[in-house]
Amino acid sequence: MTDAPHVLVIGGGSTGCGIARDLAMRGLEVTLVEKGNLTHGTTGRMHGLLHSGGRYAVSDQASAKECIEENRVLREIASHCVEMTGGLFVQRPEDPDEYFEEKLEGCRECGIPAEVLSPEEAREMEPYLAKDIKRAIKVPDGAIDPFRLCVANAASAQEHGARIETHAEVIDVLVEDGAVVGVEIKHDTGPGKRVHREPGSTEKIHADHVVSATGAWAGKIGDMAGVDVEVRPSKGVMTIMNTRQVDTVVNRCRPKGDADIVVPHETTCILGTTDIEVDDPDDYPEEEWEVDMMIDTLSELVPMLANARTIRSFWGVRPLYEPPGTGTTDPTNITRDFFLLDHEDRDGLSGMTSIVGGKFTTYRMMGEKISDHVCEKFDIDAECRTADEPLPGSHDFSILRDYMDEFGLRSPIGRRSVERLGSRAEEVLKTGEPNPVVCECEAVTRAEIQDAIDQSGSDLNAVRIRTRASMGNCQGAFCCHRMAHELYPTYDEPVAYEAFDELFQERWKGERHALWGEQLSQAMLKYSLHSTTMNADHDAVRTGSAIDFSKFDSGQTTAVAGTAGTETAATDGGLPPANGGDQ
Amino acid sequence: MAIEEDVIVIGGGIAGSIAALSAADTGAQVRLVTHKKSTLRHASGLIDVLGYTDGESGPVHDPFTSLDGLPEEHPYSLVGESAIRGGLEIFDTVTDGAYSGAHTDQNALVTTSGGAIKPTARYPTSAAAGLVSDDRSMLIVGFRSLTDFNGELVADHLAAAGVPFEVNGAEIEVPGNYRADARVTRIANALDLNKDLSYNGRTLPAREAFAEAIKPHLGTADRVGVPALLGDDHADDVRADLERSLGVAVFEIPMGPPSYPGLRLEDLLFDALDDAGVRISDGNPAVGYETAADGDTLESITIDRRGREIPYHAEQFILATGGLVGKGINSDRNGVYEPVFNCYVPHSDDRYQWFSEDAFGEHPFATFGVPIDEHCQPLTAEGKTEFSNLRAAGGVIGGVDPTAEKSKSGVSLATGYAAGREAGEAI
Repeated sequence: MTDAPHVLVIGGGSTGCGIARDLAMRGLEVTLVEKGNLTHGTTGRMHGLLHSGGRYAVSDQASAKECIEENRVLREIASHCVEMTGGLFVQRPEDPDEYFEEKLEGCRECGIPAEVLSPEEAREMEPYLAKDIKRAIKVPDGAIDPFRLCVANAASAQEHGARIETHAEVIDVLVEDGAVVGVEIKHDTGPGKRVHREPGSTEKIHADHVVSATGAWAGKIGDMAGVDVEVRPSKGVMTIMNTRQVDTVVNRCRPKGDADIVVPHETTCILGTTDIEVDDPDDYPEEEWEVDMMIDTLSELVPMLANARTIRSFWGVRPLYEPPGTGTTDPTNITRDFFLLDHEDRDGLSGMTSIVGGKFTTYRMMGEKISDHVCEKFDIDAECRTADEPLPGSHDFSILRDYMDEFGLRSPIGRRSVERLGSRAEEVLKTGEPNPVVCECEAVTRAEIQDAIDQSGSDLNAVRIRTRASMGNCQGAFCCHRMAHELYPTYDEPVAYEAFDELFQERWKGERHALWGEQLSQAMLKYSLHSTTMNADHDAVRTGSAIDFSKFDSGQTTAVAGTAGTETAATDGGLPPANGGDQ
Repeated sequence: MAIEEDVIVIGGGIAGSIAALSAADTGAQVRLVTHKKSTLRHASGLIDVLGYTDGESGPVHDPFTSLDGLPEEHPYSLVGESAIRGGLEIFDTVTDGAYSGAHTDQNALVTTSGGAIKPTARYPTSAAAGLVSDDRSMLIVGFRSLTDFNGELVADHLAAAGVPFEVNGAEIEVPGNYRADARVTRIANALDLNKDLSYNGRTLPAREAFAEAIKPHLGTADRVGVPALLGDDHADDVRADLERSLGVAVFEIPMGPPSYPGLRLEDLLFDALDDAGVRISDGNPAVGYETAADGDTLESITIDRRGREIPYHAEQFILATGGLVGKGINSDRNGVYEPVFNCYVPHSDDRYQWFSEDAFGEHPFATFGVPIDEHCQPLTAEGKTEFSNLRAAGGVIGGVDPTAEKSKSGVSLATGYAAGREAGEAI
């Protein structure tokens, strides 16, 4: 291993983690650095669609073919992250017939299984589709958990010797004699797992090659290296519903448009999306009209959405890219293809490659191409194995077992835990300790929380993305504090409270886009529980204020019930009682 | 048969109950109409009157001396100190023996289940030995399978607040063979009925088993705090038995839902309503109303009894349906409204102005509710009374954030008292 070239990958999204896994499996020395948690950028902010390719079957057939190919691969290697829901392209009466025919023909040309359904057949599959739909095309779309997938790729990379550093922002790209030789990073805490209140540090990491897999942020890394990478970040909203109004991915069958997809995801549905170019991927408006558009437009397909409860909304930034000089004005027309930018060929700067554009569904293929490219640079002849080797959690797991009894869990908690953990279920759940439920909405138990804490330190958002705890209907009202309790005593009291506050604020960021009706009532309950019942908003420890205890009621004279002569003397009126009541 | 009362109170939480008792005190015939289970099961059971004000940095030590600093539209400013005292007096009478704190105007400081210290005016007697201004040493006990509460963490957090006593924590197994995710109601029930439990290879009555489990951790502690699950109907006996076995004071720490102190308070309030001759109709929502020809005087409210709309007539009406949690205030994407009488609820047309970006910031939504005058009468946008014989009490009243202020129960008591009294006296 010591002779192998060292590759530094920037970016802990699906692409970066996919590259890290691929290169590590090929025997290279790999370090991955990510400024936030894994999935922090775009991966953690998508609708979780595993494309069949149907969406691109008219406009971009090359992408469509890649999608169906990778769709089949991911079902095998990432089975514990995928739910094969199937998908429908639904035509409404006002949607053009020609497009429907083109879509069907396109699917067939790209090798995407496609079947035309009558409105009756479509509504038999999805009873809440509008009554006046014209027809539908059934395709093998699915739902995929981007968090679980990303974490599994990183875990696999680690198993193959990679170093993964999250909360490690690149603050400089090191260039010597016209070549990139590494990066300087700033560890939020540590190095190592993130632990609140531990001091951070900076570190220079030298590498034989640097791969920037930073998506919408590629321009910023490019700037540090002195090269221009013209990404065209484009934002899109996603609105999460409180339940699964549909169990199949429902697409609108018409030429490109906003608000044209509903993806069932775990206990929820995700409505998407918009496509608006933004200047800065870290700073763009999250707008009310976007949320309203999701509900109003998609209720044309699924009318019950109009009055259904949404639990939060979030925005993601697509890492769109087009070669200089293409000049597409409408971001919806920019290609979804990915580009490998060899900065040596392109800019005369050796030692660094950027990857931009692309789609989540084809992350593994992108990883393979980049890894081929890097191996070629070092004249390494190693086969890509990522399409054949299952991810951790997705190993053969077909034997039916009674997990409820085995792990002492009630159904459906046991079922949901095992679905999330896949082949890791036994390793995680068999702790020999009581295993109470921590998050009721998402059926997450202590053992899963502890497993996530082992992986990621005191960062409860990292625990959240690994387990789904606090992502259900109550948005953490009843479990944010329970999750913090699980940090203790591995981490001490100040860390547990700081971690709680961070998670609580993070949940609020999305909740506030869903504040009306039932969810506003839920938000008020959450606020009351944490402010009135627990006084988290005025906690003297957290606000750093001292209390003059002598100014408050110290109780009236009381006796310990039933113990004659055991008087706990406590005087009225503010004087502290005599210490030690019992004899 | 037509239903005809002097006063109808809509809502069965603290405000509605106190309003009904206050009206009944004047000699009026009162009916209380409730729909769903009250939100008391969500409430800690503590009666906060005023814990924080804008002007003071720390917790308020005497709510009454801090009233002057409140804005003039605050419900306390409108109904006055006498209404707060009047409400507390009814409360103290109704909860005699079950609550403490009436011996002083000072706030007490209690430990919350989240470990933060909170000022409150009345506390269940089961929590009395836990006051933070009492300097006896303390042991806080949590149960490993109860994820809502961690005794060791709470103890550390109290120590970090500089409390004037030694405090230690312990996390113990729940005695008995419960599943790891057994609900707290099962544990409370076992203690309430003192059921036999297996503990350390022996079979012991539940209370003894719990005492045995706590004993090894007692050390030099003079008092022991446990999450509020020490029984239901026989909570006093449970605590007394534990104190006898342990030889030290035992107290409960109020918890989130299902909150035993909240449920016990609900029982006390309903017993008092029965004793006061208040008629209670529960299980059906109020869905509308009828007015006299003048449009200004309510004649009846309409109750939906399984699809049949029944008018309930009265001379005076009190709206005590609660706030956003209890659905006394409702909203949709377009606005915020009061669903029974469609009373005016001030709010921005832009729903992105309803919240603060900080989860614990100044949230306009926490202030949503009807504006009232000094007689507790809901006001229109023009500042006129909505109806000549309608009053409001408790969480349905807006204009301030009682959650941040820790004044929620106090506002319910004060406005319940004032609305009930004025309604009764108007008969």
